[in-house]
Amino acid sequence: MPPIFGVLFDGIAYGMLLFLLSVGLSVTLGMMNFVNLAHCSFAMLGGYVTVTLMNMLGWPFFATLPAAFIAGAAASIALERVLFRRFYNASDLEQCLLTIGIVFVSIAAAAYIYGTDQQPVQLPAFLRGSIVFAGLNFAVYRLFLIATALIITIVLVGALEMTRFGAQVRAAVNNQRMARGLGIDVDMLFAITFALGSGLAGLGGALAIYLVGLDPSFAFTYLIYVLIVVSVGGLGSIGGSLAAAMLLGVSDIAGKYYVPAAGSILIYLVMTVLIILRPAGIFGRR
Amino acid sequence: MTIQRSSWGSSVTSATIASPRDYLQTQMRWRWSEIAFWFATLLPFIVTPDYLLLASQVAIAALFVLSLDLILGFAGIVSLGHAAYFGVGAYTAGLISKWGWGEPLTGLLIAALAAGVFGYLTSFIVARFRHLPLIMITLGIGLLLQEAANSASWLTGGFDGLQGIRTWPIAGRFRFDLYGYTAYGYALAALFVIFLGARRLIHSPFGLALRGIRDNSQRMRAIGASTYSHIRTIYTIAAMIAGIAGAILAQSTETVSLEALGFQRSADVLVMLILGGTGRLYGGLLGAIVYMVARDQFSGLNPQYWYFWIGLLLIAVVVVLPNGLLGGLTLLTRRSKAAS
Repeated sequence: MPPIFGVLFDGIAYGMLLFLLSVGLSVTLGMMNFVNLAHCSFAMLGGYVTVTLMNMLGWPFFATLPAAFIAGAAASIALERVLFRRFYNASDLEQCLLTIGIVFVSIAAAAYIYGTDQQPVQLPAFLRGSIVFAGLNFAVYRLFLIATALIITIVLVGALEMTRFGAQVRAAVNNQRMARGLGIDVDMLFAITFALGSGLAGLGGALAIYLVGLDPSFAFTYLIYVLIVVSVGGLGSIGGSLAAAMLLGVSDIAGKYYVPAAGSILIYLVMTVLIILRPAGIFGRR
Repeated sequence: MTIQRSSWGSSVTSATIASPRDYLQTQMRWRWSEIAFWFATLLPFIVTPDYLLLASQVAIAALFVLSLDLILGFAGIVSLGHAAYFGVGAYTAGLISKWGWGEPLTGLLIAALAAGVFGYLTSFIVARFRHLPLIMITLGIGLLLQEAANSASWLTGGFDGLQGIRTWPIAGRFRFDLYGYTAYGYALAALFVIFLGARRLIHSPFGLALRGIRDNSQRMRAIGASTYSHIRTIYTIAAMIAGIAGAILAQSTETVSLEALGFQRSADVLVMLILGGTGRLYGGLLGAIVYMVARDQFSGLNPQYWYFWIGLLLIAVVVVLPNGLLGGLTLLTRRSKAAS
């Protein structure tokens, strides 16, 4: 098939993955202004949970995905209770340092337990290979990834727009103090969204293994991508995150395909320029 | 009665001060502890001559931390990409030496100039932002430069690093030796001279204005201070100092690698500063000493595990000692004074 379609298709699948990894951070950052650089550590945890359950205990791939979600969510609840909640009013710098410390610890712990090698993952047979449609070749796993991410997006947007809980979250993102004044328990709300977001990151980490691999540096490499998605997409905006993730995914794959010599320059350039022009993100209001 | 923080963190009550000029004068006075500190920096020559190379690395790191402290500790500009200026200085010094001019002092000046120009250009962007966008932009600048240096391997040597640097002896006499006598002396002299300048700077009205911007930039604008141009000035100065630190590293080790402008270096310098304590000048120096010596002692460890301890240390410092080691020390001495 013509390379342009392949690039687009791979880019969109990659973008969907980035969206899953970053959407939780976008919402929690928008609500509490808490700069959580350890977000991708939860994703890495999800990935390692999947690998361990599959390779050591012989679980099927699909059974490990909920486990990855729960692991990410549970770890984030524990950290939020013990550490993070004391730092909601601290400066950006302190929040950055605290969470970078957690990233360092998580990377070292992963390297200690699993070594620095890439982790293998065995997909069920029907997710491997590719199907041909209208003369174009589609990898099944990427289709599965896109479908999963789309379903999650629809559920998220629906939950945010239609439910009482979603209305409270939107209120808290828009104006935290006003929401508190109206009697909304923002701390509780935040704890729940934080857990959900970290759970989604854990799921993203598990789904990412087949596409981009998993080693201890994951928490760091993808942190930069996730930060780009969040700050370009605008805090607390699901649509913005999705658009930014697509843009990043497609331009990263396109850059690597068409101008491999430039490396990641293109991505960083796009990000820096976008933030300079629109510091609140593409769809950001603040 | 407000309590002001001096360079050593000792408190001076404003009730005892007649005018701003007097206040700055009190701050400027040299304390015995400071003089003792600078004499102690000469000790490695006598006591631990085997560790002079490490001492020179510490002095370079201290200079780099000092430059970050000027923007972060005094003007409140959080940067995750400060290694960019360090790297520009290092590559500039390396390149002019490779192209046939290995005189160290002029090399240092040219490197400072190059880093300063780059700092001045980027300062126009940096001065406009705060909070998350600022962190992302400094991160972006650092990453961009690293990728650019990686791609331009015809100029920088790319992944293999810059080879073929030959630094001439300083003033035609002091050759860079294997033991690091010259390297440490050179780095220490540069650190001391620049430290004097920085000390003078932060105790000037300009330094006071910077602290005002850090604490409340809106109010500073309301009283008529041109905060943008202040930030641009200090950012350029900090970039020059970072460039000098990079140049000394390039000249004394006669090699430059991509690691000179990598994110890891930006993160390391931030850790050193936080560890020691921000906005106190000596905090960064103390942090650099503790960090570099600890890393040398644990160098047998796998770097992965080293970062486990650094991570734990960061968490502990943020949770327990928000003002760093020096802040903790100050608190201790103040308490013991109050108790006696």
